This record gives sequence, structure tokens and C-alpha cells, in this order.
Amino acid sequence: MNYIPNTDADRALMLEVVGAKSTAELFRDVPEQHRFPALSLPPALSEMEVLGELNALANENDDLQNLACFLGAGAYYHFVPSVVDFILHRSEFFTAYTPYQPEISQGTLQAHYEYQSMICALTGMEVSNVSHYDGATAVAEAVIMALQVGRGKRNKVILSPTLHPQYREVVRTYTQGMPSVDIAGDAFGLAGENALAGLTTEPGGARSETGPSALLDSLAALLDKQTACVIVQNPDFLGRLYTPAEMQAVADKTHAAGAQFVVSVDPISLGLFVPPGQYGADVVTGEGQPMGNGISFGGPYLGFFAMKAADVRRSAGRIVGQTVDVDGKRGYVLTLSTREQHIRREKASSNICTNQALNALAAAIYMAAMGKYGLRTVAELSYHKAHYAADLIGKVSGYQVVSQAPFFKEFVVRCPRPVSFTNENLLDRYGMIGGYDLSCDYPGLKDHMLVCVTEMNSRMQIELLAEALGEVAGMNPDRFDGDGEVSCV
Amino acid sequence: MSEPLIYELCQAGRRAVSLPACDVPLAPLPAGCERTDLPLPEVSEIDLMRHYVRLSQLNYGIDTGFYPLGSCTMKYNPKVNEVAARIPGFAALHPLQPELSVQGAMTVMFELQAMLAEIAGFAAVTLQPAAGAHGELTGVLMMRKYLYDQGECERDTMLVPDSAHGTNPATTSMSGCRVVEVPSDARGNVDLGGLSALIGQHGPKLIGLMLTNPNTLGLFDENVLEVLRLVHEAGGLVYGDGANFNAILGIARPGDLGFDVMHYNLHKTFSTPHGGGGPGAGAVGVCEKLADYLPGPVVARGEADGLLHWAMPAKSIGRVKSFYGNFGILVRAYTYIRMHGAEGLRQVSENAVLNANYLQARLRGVYPIPHGDRVCMHEFVAQGILRDAAGIRTMDIAKRLMDFGFHPPTVYFPLIVPEALMIEPTETESRQTLDAFADALIAIAGEARADPELLHDAPHGAPVRRLDEVKAAKDLVLCYAPGCGG
Repeated sequence: MNYIPNTDADRALMLEVVGAKSTAELFRDVPEQHRFPALSLPPALSEMEVLGELNALANENDDLQNLACFLGAGAYYHFVPSVVDFILHRSEFFTAYTPYQPEISQGTLQAHYEYQSMICALTGMEVSNVSHYDGATAVAEAVIMALQVGRGKRNKVILSPTLHPQYREVVRTYTQGMPSVDIAGDAFGLAGENALAGLTTEPGGARSETGPSALLDSLAALLDKQTACVIVQNPDFLGRLYTPAEMQAVADKTHAAGAQFVVSVDPISLGLFVPPGQYGADVVTGEGQPMGNGISFGGPYLGFFAMKAADVRRSAGRIVGQTVDVDGKRGYVLTLSTREQHIRREKASSNICTNQALNALAAAIYMAAMGKYGLRTVAELSYHKAHYAADLIGKVSGYQVVSQAPFFKEFVVRCPRPVSFTNENLLDRYGMIGGYDLSCDYPGLKDHMLVCVTEMNSRMQIELLAEALGEVAGMNPDRFDGDGEVSCV
Repeated sequence: MSEPLIYELCQAGRRAVSLPACDVPLAPLPAGCERTDLPLPEVSEIDLMRHYVRLSQLNYGIDTGFYPLGSCTMKYNPKVNEVAARIPGFAALHPLQPELSVQGAMTVMFELQAMLAEIAGFAAVTLQPAAGAHGELTGVLMMRKYLYDQGECERDTMLVPDSAHGTNPATTSMSGCRVVEVPSDARGNVDLGGLSALIGQHGPKLIGLMLTNPNTLGLFDENVLEVLRLVHEAGGLVYGDGANFNAILGIARPGDLGFDVMHYNLHKTFSTPHGGGGPGAGAVGVCEKLADYLPGPVVARGEADGLLHWAMPAKSIGRVKSFYGNFGILVRAYTYIRMHGAEGLRQVSENAVLNANYLQARLRGVYPIPHGDRVCMHEFVAQGILRDAAGIRTMDIAKRLMDFGFHPPTVYFPLIVPEALMIEPTETESRQTLDAFADALIAIAGEARADPELLHDAPHGAPVRRLDEVKAAKDLVLCYAPGCGG
């Protein structure tokens, strides 16, 4: 099956106008020895057949609609209201290109202007662009912007060891061609030490000297005149929430050193908690997927990126601005394009062109649908259910909840059995996707699981999880199919 | 007709969603952390639905009409792709689920890696990059790291033709390399003399060349093998920009021609929708010697257990994005390739090229076509320069096309052609549509002479008239005020 409307008769007529005897003749510029290679591909299928094959492949997967999911770690299973996908199905949105011709792209442009406005409202910032590829590349672009703000004199980038491990990897990938860039802060975290601050084996109790604010202090201690930026995730990768006062303190120290303070944030948490714009952030980024975008095996998602107005001309990515047409009527256009690759070429602020426009539209519809109160409700449900789960699991023999308050929707549990063993049993016997195995990223957290709870988890699911964990604790790992070793990629 | 902003539709107390009551005991909220105000809209579901439907009606998409945007490959987006990507067994998977619970999804990725490698003649493919430019960054970082590992640490100079997409030089800079521009010759090819001279000048410093072939003039470089030979001889590698791959499916494999790396734009060539600017997918294929440098994880089959596993290539440049790539887009591209097979893909390119040549033939003599004496590939570049129509520019012609119900071509690109109109019809358009478009351009050429104001004031029938872009960039209004600043 193909989607070519022209018939042989059409082609014959067209070839005559072109002045060629056959379509093959049109390829005379291709070196003859390489022309028309035989491709070894599976045979063509009809629509019915291809859907049959795809459904069969999909059935080999255990999808979250049939399971209880307690896995987060950067991709979250939140509710998506029906209106979101219904609107995404509008052909005029999903089959349009980048709105370079504004007169016939006002739908995309206005929707993106509204997206920018709502992201600013959510984060407490002044300007938002129309998205990066995901939360990880948004952080990498924040690093590049901070290096540009530092004009080559500031080349040190301080990363919190509890910034998402994959985001830290992507920052390293993006900056590997810039030999002067010095990435600091998370090295001891990788060894397992610093990241663990505040995770004690004694559950409960007040935040101690070695608590998460000690981690922020140790990052601030690395600040110097070469520092371009400090990047902190809040809630951090281990689910812990830093208070606005703690964040403001590190923001102040960062600014005193002349560097930028970048915060990567879970947008759902902002339904409930003080936004980074109110505690000194210069850039707020994050993974926008939880807002109206399906979990979709890791993509497509969107990275949101909000900043102060003063930095907008050094930033990357598309931005929509309001203007008027020749009759004075309000309208929207892509603006500040002189920062971008199609105008500035090798001097552009980034190479980004295609972004995640449709995912940004989904996030916009989600924010508008949830509105002032709905997003708060989603955040509250996640918060209360996560704390209920932590309470129950903490009472199960052999398990220790090592996260201290405050946390948002994720917390760390020390398990009596290897996490991979625990998860395999949760899935096979109880239809549950267990939490994230932290041992790959933090060697000091062997047998530690990051549990995620959202509004999608019912009380019954949470209680079953606690019960199942209790039963798994009593199982013999010798009967484990795996070797207890985790394959870390 | 103008549509209010969503904020302007707000009425306190309106809701567009219903959420369940909390079924667990409430935990105390931490002190000093709660936000006091969240300035998001308050609208009902019907307000919301009508708002977005009305906005959609201000847009133009492929399903609305002909969209001949050069280098963007605005082909029909099959609806079966949308159904496929939304099957719960694909759409409702967590990326960190145990491998054993997602073997079907990994199979789609594994086979897509193999099919893309086969189609372009490469040894290995990564599906991780999210877009073409992201694929470019991936490719250039790999070239750099490979050369570094060969002990060629001083190589930091990339040759980029003057006809290249802006992403090529931007990517080069972002990768920490220098850009040196290569001129084009009178026939629209890379200028061999110029290339040799630049290689002579920069030889030991050369990382290589970024080449789009067919290039942005829509021409297959007549000397492509010689160009590649010269770069390779100087110890450089050749990067292929796959934006124009729709011209050569089953016609030529870049890997066979000698390209070392290439990105595929799955959202162009393999029919996944553009979504108003994204998401795309910028898979990257490489020759054998670069395979170990791919970002990961990629999907590999375990020799011992026969199962699919995530694997990080041995000398990987690292991750370029979280998780594995834009999976939902990959499912769509996989569906497209499976429906076409080898013969179907070749028909795609043959028809894309025939359609472009037909339009070029119909417009020859009406608008200047700098390389109109040559056979074009999937697109060609005309100029909005008309005799006896002084004061008419390409932008006027583009805007007037909207009144005829068409999306304009790409304008003012490539930069080496003044007043460029870059036209790519794609294979999914019929002869009748192409004729209607050619007739419109011919009529507009007539109007330009008889009534130039008609063009200057165009569009006349669009939702808004020409917008003041200078004002937009000068008096920045980037955010609806009540939502701004927290």
C-alpha cells in the first residue's frame, strides 16, 4: 500500500511534459553503479495486516492500563483528560509545519503563546520558549545559555548529584566538544556519598545537619568566579523537596558569585508548592510529559524552559510574540528569530529547529483544562497517596523508608531483597510495576527502590503493594531466575 | 474573526475536569512550601473545546491543502500511523519497565533500526535523537570522538557548503568545531576546485564535510563520488544531512556512496506528522567503524537468551536525550515502512521526483529557475523575480498564494539564490493538484504586472493580514500579563 494518487496514465502525461521517457531517466545524476539497489525489506502489508502485526507486538507488552504502576524516575503516569487527545487529533494542528507563515498559522501560534503564558504562570518566570526535546536537553540548553552569559570567562558548571542521572549524562554529551567546560558537583554523588545526604537509616525525625540542605551547602561551596551556573532539581531525583528558604539561600550564594541558578522541576509539584521564580531561579526547566502527554515508552515528551526577560536574547528555541497586522488587529508571530540557526547559522544560540510543538500543545490544553484548582488537586492527591504508601511500607517488616519529610510523590525504600528480584515478583505475581532500582546510579543505594505514587494509584493498589512487598520479603532469592545483578545501561 | 486568549475566557469557579476524591488519610503539608496562588485559567470543558477547535480553524495543515514547503517533505500523514501509535500496548508503557515486559515495543525498535540501516546502507542505527538537528549533533560528536580516538585530536574544522541548511553550521559550532564554507559551482554542485583548495588549506585540521545530497537546490551532486573521495583522502569523514532523503529511497543508498554518517528525518521521509513544528525523530545511521560510537542505549539481541536488551555501544558519545527516543514517532515510521516494502519505497521517490520535475516544467519560462536546465530531484528552486513587475518580491507571491488556497513554498532559502521559492510537492499529490498550483503561480505572475497592489496587500482571505514582525521583536510581548512573573 502506498499513498500515491497518480495513475500510470497520469505519469505518462507528466513524463511527456517533462520530456523524459521513463521515471528511471530522471535519476541519471546518480552514479550508475550505485543506482537502484535492491533493498531487503519485509514484504509490503495492507492496512489491515499491518494493524494485525502491530496489535500482536503490542500484546507482548505489559501495559500500564492493566497494571498498578509505582515507577516514576523521570516519566510519570498521570491522568490525561479526554479533551487533550481529542484536540490533538485535529488535522489542522497535527499536520501543520512550523508556523513560518503566520497569516495561516494563527492557531498554532496563539496556542503556543498561551502555552508560554501558562508556563510562566506555573513557574513564576517572565518568559518561556515553545519547548525543547525533553527535560534532559532543556537542562543542557540551560547550561549552554549560562556559558554564553558567562562569555567564555565562566566555564564551570555545578550539577547537583540528585539531578536526574540521565540529565547529567546529556549535559556531558552536549558539552564534550567544549574542552574548557568543567563539570563539578556530582562526581562524589556518583560515588554514592553526597547524594545520600538526608537519607538516614533511622526513619522519621527532624531534618539533621547532614540533611538535603547540607547537600545544597556543599554545592554552594564549589562556587567561584569561573562558575557559570548551579543546577538543582526540586523535588530532586530521590523525591526530596527543598524548601523555598533552602533554595533561596543557594540562589543568593549563586548570584553573589555572579552565576546563574537553574532549577529543574516536576511541573505537577508546582500545583501545590512555591514556584522557582519565587526563590531566585534564573532558569526553570523540566520534563513537561506529566502534563497531558502519554507515557509512551519514553517519548515524545517536551522540555519546558522558562527564564528571566533579560536573558531571552541569549536563549535557544522558538518563541512566539504578540503583534498586530496592517489593520491593527492582534496576531502572533515567531519572534527573536535572529538568535536561531536558520538566520544566524554558525553564530546561533543553538542548532535546535524542530521542537516538540504538538507536545507543548498537549501541555497547554492540560494546563487550561486542569486550571487553577485542578492542578492543585492532582498534586495533592499524589502527595497524600505517596505519604500513605510510605507510611504503610514503613510498617512492613524488613523495609525501611529512608526518605525524610518533606518529599512530594516519590520516596526511597530500603528493601530486604534485591530490587530486581522484588520487581520481578511484583510483576509476575501481583501485576505491579515496582519502583526504580537506584543501585545503578548510586552505588551507595544498593537494594534501594525509588517508589512513585500518583493520583492514578488507588488506596487498594497501595495497600496491595505493601502486602505484596511483605510477601516478597519472605521469598527465597535463590529461586530467582535472574542473578540479582542489575544490567545498568 | 479573532479568537480570545484562553485567559480572556476565564470565569471564576469554572472547571473543565473532574478528579476523584482523596481516598487516603491526608498528610500534613510541609511548612513554608505551599504556593498561595496559581494563575492558570478557569474554563468549562465546552469553553475549552470550542476555543481549541476555533484555533485549529485558523491553521493550515496537509489535510487542509497542498503544502509544497521545500526541504520539509510535507507528504500526507497516513491515519493508520496515528492508530498504531495509540495502541495501549505501545502508548501506555513506562520506559523503565523490566525488559521482559516490553519485548514487543523493543521488537519495533530493533526492526526499525535494521530497516533504516538497510534503506540507507549503513551498519548500525540509533533511534535516540529527537529531530534532524539533534541527529546532526549526534553525528558530529561521533565523528569528532572517532578521530580523537585515532589520535587525530587537532581536527576541528568542518566544511559546509554555502547551500546547506542553517542547522549544519549551527551544529558544527555547538560541537566545538569551526565552520568553513564551501562554494557551489555554476551547475549547483559542490565546487570541486574550491573544495580542493579548502582541503589543501585545512587538510590536517579537517573533521570532514557536511553534505546534503540531493542538496537544497534539489540537485543530486553530479560529482558526489569525487567530493567524498577528496574528503576521505584528506582523512576527513563525510556527514550526510538526510533532510532530502525522500528523493532517493530505493534509488541510491548514501552508505554505498561513501557517506560515513547520516541522520534520517522520520517526520519528513517516513510520513510522521510535523505537529506544528514537532515532535520529529532524527535517527542516525553510521558505517561500521563508527558503530561503537552511537549514543545509547540501542536495542540489541542477546546471543545467549535470544531476547532483546538495552545496550550501550562500547565507545558511545553518551546519551543525547533521556530514555530511547521519540518512541511514538518511531511506531508511526515503522508502520509506514512495513506498509510500503522495498518496491513501495522506490515508488515514493520516483513519484516525488516526477512530481517535482513536472511542476518545474510547467513553471519554466514563467519564473526564473536557476538550474532549470537540469533534472531536479524531489524539489527545485525558482525565483520570485518577474520582468515588468518591479517592486514585486518573493514574499508578495508567497502571501498571494494563500488567497488561492495553497500554503506557500519555502521562501528566501537557500541563501545562495536571491528571492528563492523552494518548491517540494511530494509524491502524495495528484497531477490535478500540481496543475492547480502551477495555474495559480502563472495567474499570480499576471497579477503582478497588472495589479501589483493586489500582491503587496495579500493575503486578503486569511484570518489575519500581514503581521508586523519588526514590532513583535522590538516591543516584546511574550506572555499574557496576568500570568507573568508569578
